[in-house]
Amino acid sequence: MIELSNVHKRFGSNEVLKGITASVEKSEVVCIIGPSGSGKSTILRCINGLESYDSGDILVEGARVDNKAPSIVAIRTQVSMVFQRFNLFPHRTALENVVEGPIYVKKEPAADALERGRALLAQVGLAEKADAYPGQLSGGQQQRVAIARALAMQPKAILFDEPTSALDPELVGEVLGVMRKLADDGMTMVVVTHEMGFARDVADRVLFIDGGVIVEQGAAKSVLNAPQHARTQDFLHRVLHPL
Amino acid sequence: MQNFLRDAVEFLPILLQGVWLTVVVTIGSLLLSTVLGLLWALMRVSGIRALSGLSAGLINVIRGIPIIVLLFYLYFVMPDFGVALTALQASIIGLGIAYSAYQAENFRAGIEAIDKGQIEAAQTIGMGWWLTMRRVLLPQAVRIVLPPYGNVMIMMLKDSSQASTITVAELALQGKLIASSTFKNTSVFTLVALMYLTMSIPLILLVRHFEKKANRK
Repeated sequence: MIELSNVHKRFGSNEVLKGITASVEKSEVVCIIGPSGSGKSTILRCINGLESYDSGDILVEGARVDNKAPSIVAIRTQVSMVFQRFNLFPHRTALENVVEGPIYVKKEPAADALERGRALLAQVGLAEKADAYPGQLSGGQQQRVAIARALAMQPKAILFDEPTSALDPELVGEVLGVMRKLADDGMTMVVVTHEMGFARDVADRVLFIDGGVIVEQGAAKSVLNAPQHARTQDFLHRVLHPL
Repeated sequence: MQNFLRDAVEFLPILLQGVWLTVVVTIGSLLLSTVLGLLWALMRVSGIRALSGLSAGLINVIRGIPIIVLLFYLYFVMPDFGVALTALQASIIGLGIAYSAYQAENFRAGIEAIDKGQIEAAQTIGMGWWLTMRRVLLPQAVRIVLPPYGNVMIMMLKDSSQASTITVAELALQGKLIASSTFKNTSVFTLVALMYLTMSIPLILLVRHFEKKANRK
């Protein structure tokens, strides 16, 4: 449902994506791993048009992603995004954050949206925090609200950009738990992450990216347990054995 | 002191007529400058080069002309082009235009101070430019902009006295008229100063309230 073919992207003289070709099937969970600055987040940002790309094609359900074209709005309502820094709207309550898109972008009747919003907050374990403002919530709770906000758009896929990197270690589990449940329910997910345990247990496939190219990809367990490429071996060794 | 009180009782009713016009000029030009300032600021951050260039140019032209010259232009020059404004209209429009430049820069600073992640979050749920402005950026910018906005209100209250130069009989001009006919300069201008100060006290308290509210978040 998401296809990238030979995608190139440069920031000034720095080429961050050097011909990325990959695809994500419906209900698949794909984790993107790799060193910082390798272009992982840029791939996600190109898929829903937060960044433009210089050449190649990105297709979402057959529609080409072009953030200068009006069609980008339809694509964005199909592919939601969850950010590293949550990016909740601080002036709105948890529930208001969740229903903002349904009510103001999709023009759903407010009563229906609110009912579904409460159900989504319950789904991420925050039913009792509906009226709390983001500033009153922990990082883990904020990220779960952000996931509920993404789900409220009834997307066909969700992109996660390092969703647990800004969290205190003890809060990582609650967010990964919600993501695992989504994966079990068949949500299509692309996850940029440093959580190798999550990638191993939940992902169908893993892409290892370094220097703007896909160095290695394959079934999660085979890439993570028996990496073929020297750069993948080196990266995994450093992540799993930092000392 | 007794003389001063006697003068105060005598002149206060006349000066209060001036207060009324001062309030009208201040509120009128505050509203106009807010609307125009918001328009310039939105043009400036629109991302459309022609609009942001036009806005930047306008702001610089307005900032570069003294308020008093702007008022003379509206009141004495515009009739030559067939636009005859009353003194009150000209002063509200003149001060409104003059202050719109400062308001615009305040508003722009407020909008640009908001974390870019907010814009991205709005985009990823499919919001367009205007919806992002209305639902995400402007409500957050208000908190940032309120303290400087309060300062502008106080400055406008005082600068409304410039309307006296085109015959609007507001507080400063009323004072001058009384002083020149009675020669009681000390009493009259002390009264005038106290009355401006009295009017600005609620505004000063309002600014303090805004600042406390902004800091709490």
